[in-house]
Amino acid sequence: MNPENFIPVNLLATSTIPVVVIAIYLGLLLGLAMMSKLLFRGTSTDYFVASRSIGPFMLLMSVFGTTMTAFALVGSTGKAFERGVGTYGLMASSSGLIHAACFFLIGIKLWSFGKKYGYVTQIQFFRDRFESKAIGYLLFPILVLLVIPYLLIGVIGAGKTIMGVTGPKGKAPGMFPELFESTSGAIPGELTGLVICLVVLCYIFAGGSRAAAWANTFQTIVFMAMGLLAFYLISDKLGGLGAAIAQANDAHLVRDVSGPDDSVGVPKLMFLSYMLIPLSVGMFPHLFQHWLTARSAKSFRLTVIAHPICIMIVWVPCVLIGLWATGKLPEGTPGGAVLAKMVGILVKDPIVVGLVTAGILAAIMSSLDSQFLCLGTMFTNDVVIDKFGKERFTDKQIILIARLFVISIVIITYVFSILLFKKSVFDLAIWSFSGFASLTPLVFAALYWKGATKTGAFASIICAIGVWLYFFKASGWGGEYTVYNGMMPVAFSFGAGALAMIIVSLFTAKPAESTVNKFFPKF
Amino acid sequence: MTSKKIILALALVLGVLHHDTWNWGNSDLVLGFMPVGLFYHACYSLAASILWVFAIKFAWPKDLVDWAEGGESNES
Repeated sequence: MNPENFIPVNLLATSTIPVVVIAIYLGLLLGLAMMSKLLFRGTSTDYFVASRSIGPFMLLMSVFGTTMTAFALVGSTGKAFERGVGTYGLMASSSGLIHAACFFLIGIKLWSFGKKYGYVTQIQFFRDRFESKAIGYLLFPILVLLVIPYLLIGVIGAGKTIMGVTGPKGKAPGMFPELFESTSGAIPGELTGLVICLVVLCYIFAGGSRAAAWANTFQTIVFMAMGLLAFYLISDKLGGLGAAIAQANDAHLVRDVSGPDDSVGVPKLMFLSYMLIPLSVGMFPHLFQHWLTARSAKSFRLTVIAHPICIMIVWVPCVLIGLWATGKLPEGTPGGAVLAKMVGILVKDPIVVGLVTAGILAAIMSSLDSQFLCLGTMFTNDVVIDKFGKERFTDKQIILIARLFVISIVIITYVFSILLFKKSVFDLAIWSFSGFASLTPLVFAALYWKGATKTGAFASIICAIGVWLYFFKASGWGGEYTVYNGMMPVAFSFGAGALAMIIVSLFTAKPAESTVNKFFPKF
Repeated sequence: MTSKKIILALALVLGVLHHDTWNWGNSDLVLGFMPVGLFYHACYSLAASILWVFAIKFAWPKDLVDWAEGGESNES
């Protein structure tokens, strides 16, 4: 059904109230983050890891908010609209098991070593564990390369969402027809991207890791609440939960593959190999930094237990909205625009539209801030301080260097977001996650295998990223791509990394006894 | 069998149960509004959460945490 057939000309598209609501939300966010500045202790440790003072609730909210980005609200709804009900099993339920496993098996160990040996970044840990400075110079560009698509998801997702909300609705023009003629009155994606980047920059510049944790907590509460609000209002407009699902396309209620180019449903091998993708959280550098902010290991308990439930609270409503949309929106609707269109078309109340859109932006920004911050932290600690020595800089200079690097990354991300605006948010995310997941054998071997060697670590990184790059190129740099009967490329890149680590480590020089004792302490 | 091994075994069982081939083509609705494939995986999320409650209760790395939180730290 074409939405133009049933949407009356209404005031929604021309009302600027949603934009005002979003502006108020951004103002509140900035105010809150600036308040956290009052607690800033002025040291680099406070800037990078909030002086390791974050408690259980804030850790849960910041870790959950960081792992859920545009991918969660916009991507899940869009993917459910395209592929159907299997979307939840593909990413959400497996993440409940595997994310929490990574927090438990990797996060607590890394936090312990971070606390004991004063680490601020992943690379500092790997350099000590594998007795090699060079491994840092190999890993740094790879981690930056993998974080950039993740950043792009956020900036592009925000742009698409605001375009959907402010664009023409049926015969009604967009909100700003005279100002933005080329987009039929919709706020262009590049302007939204610019505003989002500037807001995030403002608060991480002001308070660093602590501001990010405060802002993430606020944003996570907002996006969870707004997701539920959207769910309730949309289902209400569709005549209740039963009526809403009754009008969905039947092919989307099962996982059997159907449709042109097998675009609906989920092949079984794809479903199986997707299980590897949530392993990415074990290697996310921004998550590593959040782990290090924990006041004590006990702070992890709530995060480990509640994470699967928080995922369920966000993903079940979004997947259902995506299924309902199959009966309301035309088949070719871009996945990234589905949630915004469902809210805009069905709910119509401009204040609610503004609130829900603010929720989507909250999900996006709660990841962007941590990613920007971690890149600055890595560059400062793993490149600058490693090269020139810490004694050469004052704490203020260290923070300044981190900020300057963040600005350069923001500029690069912003330019790419304009060039790649038409890419699918979900597919880009999967490529980024696949790259990080491919590196998980490295961190797992570093923590649990005394026999993991420096050469094995190098081999693991090179093989995993080499295979990942091969498939990434074959996908046209970020499109949906499967290898054999729906098998995800991550199965190969992860396997290559794991095999290289095992085989090479077995035949190369073992780490020094002092290193083994340092990372495998006897209690 | 130690409690840690039981937790590991439960995690592996949960990993296998994720691949619910028996629900693939089932379009039945639970409670009249939720496709059974979605309902199953929502319950799976709850089961994962319960598993981690047990993991924290019976497999918490107490020695490691005590070691990290006590004694000398290299924190600058």
